[in-house]
Amino acid sequence: MSRLEFKKKDQAQKEVERLYQDLERRVVASPPSQCPVDMTSSFLKLCQAQSCGKCVPCRVGVGQMINIIEDILDLSRESSIEDLILLERTAESIRNSSDCAIGSESAEMVLKGMKSFREDYISHIEKNRCSDHLRDTRHSIPCIAKCPAEVDIPGYMALVRSGRYDDAVRLIRKDNPFPTVCALICEHPCESHCRRNMIDAPLNIRGLKMFAVDHCSDEVPIPRRMPNTGKRVAIVGGGPSGLTAAFYLALMGHNPTVFEKRKQLGGMLRYGIPSYRLPRKRLEWDIRAILKAGVEVKLNVNIDDEESIRKLVDGYDAVYVAIGAHNYKMIGIEGEESNGVYSAVDMLRAIGDNHMPDFKGKRVAVVGGGNVSMDVARTAMRLGASHVDIVYRRRKADMTAMSEEIEGAIAEGCRLLELRTPVRIESDPEGNVSALVIKPQKVGEFDDSGRPRSFPADKEEQRLLCDVVVGAIGQEIDSDVFEKAGVSVLWKKLNTDSSMSVIGTPGMFAGGDSVTGPSTAVNAIAQGKVAAANIDNYLGYNHEIELDIDIPEPLLENKRPCGRSELTSRYPDERNRDFDGFENGLLLEEAVQEAGRCLRCDCNSLGAFRGGRQVKW
Amino acid sequence: MVNLRINGIALSVQEGTTIMNAAHSAGIDIPHLCYWEGLNEIGACRICVVEVAGMDKLLSACNTEVKEGMEILTNSPRVRLSRKTNVQLILSEHDCQCATCTRSGNCALQTIAKNLGIANPIYKDITEKFRWNRHFPLIRNSSKCIKCMRCIQVCDDIQDLHVWEMVGTAQRTSVGVRNGVRMDEARCSLCGQCITHCPVGALRERNDMDEVLDALADPDKITMVQFAPAVRVAWGEKAGLHRVEQTTGKLVAALKQIGFDYVFDTVYSADMTIMEEGSELIKRMGDKEKYSWPMFTSCCSGWLRFVKSEFPCFLPNLSTAKSPQQMFGALAKTYMAEKLGIDPARIVSVSLMPCTAKKYEADVEQVNGSGFKDVDIVLTTRELDNLILADGINAGELKEMPFDSFFGEGTGAGVIFGATGGVMEAALRSAYFLITKENPPADAFKNVRGMNGWKEATFTVAGTHMKVAVANGLGNARRLLNAIKAGAVEYDFVEIMACPGGCAGGGGQPIHDGREMAEIRGGELYNIDSTLPRRFSHENPTVQLTYREYLGEPLSRRAHQLLHTEVEGWDLTPETMKQ
Repeated sequence: MSRLEFKKKDQAQKEVERLYQDLERRVVASPPSQCPVDMTSSFLKLCQAQSCGKCVPCRVGVGQMINIIEDILDLSRESSIEDLILLERTAESIRNSSDCAIGSESAEMVLKGMKSFREDYISHIEKNRCSDHLRDTRHSIPCIAKCPAEVDIPGYMALVRSGRYDDAVRLIRKDNPFPTVCALICEHPCESHCRRNMIDAPLNIRGLKMFAVDHCSDEVPIPRRMPNTGKRVAIVGGGPSGLTAAFYLALMGHNPTVFEKRKQLGGMLRYGIPSYRLPRKRLEWDIRAILKAGVEVKLNVNIDDEESIRKLVDGYDAVYVAIGAHNYKMIGIEGEESNGVYSAVDMLRAIGDNHMPDFKGKRVAVVGGGNVSMDVARTAMRLGASHVDIVYRRRKADMTAMSEEIEGAIAEGCRLLELRTPVRIESDPEGNVSALVIKPQKVGEFDDSGRPRSFPADKEEQRLLCDVVVGAIGQEIDSDVFEKAGVSVLWKKLNTDSSMSVIGTPGMFAGGDSVTGPSTAVNAIAQGKVAAANIDNYLGYNHEIELDIDIPEPLLENKRPCGRSELTSRYPDERNRDFDGFENGLLLEEAVQEAGRCLRCDCNSLGAFRGGRQVKW
Repeated sequence: MVNLRINGIALSVQEGTTIMNAAHSAGIDIPHLCYWEGLNEIGACRICVVEVAGMDKLLSACNTEVKEGMEILTNSPRVRLSRKTNVQLILSEHDCQCATCTRSGNCALQTIAKNLGIANPIYKDITEKFRWNRHFPLIRNSSKCIKCMRCIQVCDDIQDLHVWEMVGTAQRTSVGVRNGVRMDEARCSLCGQCITHCPVGALRERNDMDEVLDALADPDKITMVQFAPAVRVAWGEKAGLHRVEQTTGKLVAALKQIGFDYVFDTVYSADMTIMEEGSELIKRMGDKEKYSWPMFTSCCSGWLRFVKSEFPCFLPNLSTAKSPQQMFGALAKTYMAEKLGIDPARIVSVSLMPCTAKKYEADVEQVNGSGFKDVDIVLTTRELDNLILADGINAGELKEMPFDSFFGEGTGAGVIFGATGGVMEAALRSAYFLITKENPPADAFKNVRGMNGWKEATFTVAGTHMKVAVANGLGNARRLLNAIKAGAVEYDFVEIMACPGGCAGGGGQPIHDGREMAEIRGGELYNIDSTLPRRFSHENPTVQLTYREYLGEPLSRRAHQLLHTEVEGWDLTPETMKQ
C-alpha cells in the first residue's frame, strides 16, 4: 500500500453515475398527474438506498415509512387514519433525530407531502383509490397536458414531418389562434415533460412550430363560421386572451366586439414584447386570421369608468374582460423623479407604436431580473446605447428570466451586475440622471418562493454612471374601475372561477394577465379559449370546435438516441443593431429529423387505450 | 396488396391488415390475451409480440399493420423469451387456482400457459385480494383480473355505460367500479357483456347451481324448468355438440335426466307476451293522446335496468307486459299448477336464460303476481352446461324428448324473441292479425332483422302507418333515446335489447374468446322459425287454451294482475342482492 493513492473510478461507479444522469432526465420527464403518494414511496426507496446505515432513524426509519405508505396504497389491505398518524410521527422523529441530511431530508419530503396532498393519503385510506383530481388527467399525453391551451402537439409534429405545414397551422389553430406568436415567443412548457427526455432530450417543439409557420402558405384558411346566433359579446382588451376568445366565439357564430384602449391590437404582444423577438408583421399575420373569423374591433376605446362598464353589461349578451397588467411598479428609491428614469412598461409601449426613445450613445441601467428586464436591456442595446447594465439584487441563478434570454442579453453586450441592489438615483443640476448608486449584496437563507434572500454585504456602495435608468421590477393590473363598478376583485386581480366566470357577476368572464397577474402569452390564450367555451354555454349553446385534419399514423422505426436540433441565433454583434428577428429557423433536414424524434405518445401507452387526442372541445 | 414474409412464408395481404391477421392467413395463430378485434387493440399484454427485421424492439402483432417487404418472425428466440416471460409475469398477478375457476378449460391465459409448457411459476405471487358482494348477480374477482381492459372497453364503447374504470397507479393499476362507488350503486345494467368478453375468470355471474341441486334433492319440491329461446341455440356449444346436433329435444332430454319434474318452454310465454304486448300497443294506438310515445318493449331486463337508471323519463313509455320469464313464473304457480293438479307452494320454478340480468329480474319483489316468488332460481346457459357436465351426461348420445304436456308449445314468433328484432317482428305478425283478423305472410316484417345497431322500418296495416325502430346494444339504445328526446326521430313502437345482437349474444351465454356469436346463433333462431308449422303467437294452442280456461282475453283483469307490472316501482337493488 502506498502512503496516498489517487482515486480512480471503478467501472461500477462510473456506470452508477451514468445511471444517475439517466434518472435525472427521467425525473424531468415524469408523466403528468401521478399519484403523489405512490411517488413519495418511490422517492423514499431512493433515499433508503442512499443511507450510510450508521444511524437508526435513517437505516430503519426510512424503510418503515415506505412500509406504511405501501400498506396505505395496497388495494388488498384495509388501512386507517392511524397509519397516517404513525407515518407523521415517524417522519417527525426521523427529521429531528437523524444525524445527517440523508435521513432528515427524506423525512422532510414525507412531511411536506402530508401537508400538501393529505387528501390523496386520505382517499387511499378511505376509498382505496387515488383522489378524484387525478382521475381524468392521469398519464395523459405529456406535452399536451403541459400546454395550457392543450394544443395537439404530436399531431402537428407528424404534420410537419410530412411537409403538411398548412395543416399543422390549422391543427394548432383548433386550440390556439396564435401559431406564429407561440412559434416565436412561447415559453414552451410542453417541452419540459417530453417523454423523449427519457431517451436523450426533449423534442424541439417550438422550433418545429416555427418551421411550420415559416413554411406554410401566405394564407392558411380558418374554419368556416357556424350559423349566426345573433348573440353579441363585448371583449375588453385586444391582447392574446381577448383575441383568442373573440376568434372562437366568432367561429361559433356569435358576434364579438373587441374594445381596445390603444391604437393597435395585440396587447403585450405588441406593447410588451420587442419586435426582434416577435416581428410585427408576424404578429399581424396571426391577428389578420383571427379577425377574418368575424370580429368587430373598436380601437382607441377606453373602458375607464363605471358607466361604460355598465353599458357593456347591459348592452351585450356576455362580456369578456382581458385588460392585462399594464401598470408598472416603481423601484421606490430616492431620485426616481429625475429625467431619464423610465418604466419598462412605458418604454416598451411607446416602442409598440413606433416611438423610439433616443438612447444613442447613452449609458443605460436596467433594474430587475425578469424577462421584461432582458427585453428592455436588449432593446436599449439596439437603440444604440453605449453601455447597458442589468442590475439585480440576487444572483443570476435566481433570476426569473429564461436562461436563453439572459444569455442572449449577455452575448449582445449587456453587462450583468448581480447581487447589487439600487439605493438611489443621482442627477445633475438640470435634473438629468447621472448615476445609479448600488449596494453589493450577499445571499442568505431561502424565502417562501424557494429562492435565497439577499442581504447587504459588508462592502462599499458603488456609483454606476448612467444617463438612463429603466425599472423593470413588475407590473400590476389596473382593475380599480372594475372594482368600483361592483366587479369582484381580489388583490387587484379580477376574481374568477376555473371557468373564467367572474364570481358574482353572471355573464361576465375574465382572463389573461388581469386574472393571473403578469404571465405568459400561452396562459392568456388558454384562458381565452376556456372563456369562449363557457361563454358559448352561458349563451345557451354547445358549439364544438372540431378537428378536421387526419393525422399521419406513426411510422415503424427505431427510436435510438439522437441529438436535439436547436434553433440558432444571428451573430450577437450583428443582431444587436436592428429589430429584425434574432432567431434562425431549423433547416428542412433538421426539421424532418427532429419531428421524427417524436415518440408519438398519442398512439402508444395510454394513448393507445384512451385515444391520444381531443377531437373536439 | 402488401407483400411480406412471415417465418419465411411469402404472402400478400390487403393494405391495412394487422400482423396478427396476416399471420392467421398464413396458418399461424399468434398467441394473444388482451386483444379482441375491433374492441380492444391496445397492445397491453405484449404476448403477441413479434420480431420484424430492422426493428430494435419487438412489435405487438395485434395493432401493427403490415408494410411492404416486411420480414416477420413470430417464433424467434427473442420472441419466445418475451412471450414466455410476459405470460409468467401475468401469472404472478393472477390467482392460478384453476381447478376452482368457472373458466377452467375455457380460459385464454390457461391455454397459453399450457401451450408454452409453463410448469412452475417463477415470480413472487402478487395477486390482489378478492373482495366483492357475493350476492350481486355480477361478480368481479380481482385476484383473477389480468388488466386487459376489455371490460372497460365493452362497457364504454359498446354499452356506453361506463361502469368500469381504470383505478390505481403504476403497479397497482387495476379495474374498479367508476367513481369508487359500490357495484350495486353503479347503475350497471347487468347485461353481462363484460363477462363474455373477459379472457379469464375475473368476471362471472353469481353461481346459483347449488340452489337448483338442493331443490332437486328435496322430495317435497316439484321442480319446473323453463328455458329461453336463445338457450336452445347455444347450450350445446360447450356441452360437446356440433351446432347442427344441438336440438331442443336433446336439451329437454338432458333436463329430464338431471331430474326436473316438468320441462317447459319459455317460447310459450313469449307467445303470451306477444298477445298482451300486441294488444296493449293496439289499445294505446286507439287512444293516442293518453299515452307517451313511442311504446317500448319490456322483455329485456338489462334494458329495464338501463331505462330506470339512465332514462327514467321514458318509464311511462314501457309496455307493462312482463318478460316471458316472469309471465311463465306467474302462470306456473297459478294456472299451470291448477291445470297440472299440483300445490303451487311446492313448486320450485327454475329458469334457464342466456342472461345475467334475469337473475335480478326474478329477485324483484314487485314483479311477483302469483302470491309466491314467481321465478325461484335463474341459471345462465353457462350454469346449465355445468349441470349437464356435472352429471356426466353425454350430450351426443341424448335421444330427443318432447316437452311435458301443455306448456312446451311454442311458435316461430316466440322463438325469434332471442334475436334482435325478433320481439318486434313477432308483435307485428300478431298485431296485423288482431287488427285485420287475417294473417300476414310470416316474413312480411323481416326488415327488422339483422345485426345493425339501430334499425328502422315503416309498415302499413289496414291503412294505419306504423313506424318502428329496433336497437340492440345499450350504446345504440342511448343514441336512439337521445334522438327521440331531442325530437330528431319519431316512432310508434321500439324494441330494445341490451346485448349486441339480442339474447343470442347475451351475457349469460357460453364464452368463445375473441369471437362474437350473436349473429350465428340468431341465424339459427330464424331457421327454427322458418321450419315450424306455427309462426304466429296467436295460433299457439296453449296460449289460446290459457285465455279460454283462465285469463279470458288479453288485458283482462286477471291478465293484468298476473302478466303486467309497473317497472317504475321496481327496486334497482332488491334486498337479496345486497351485501
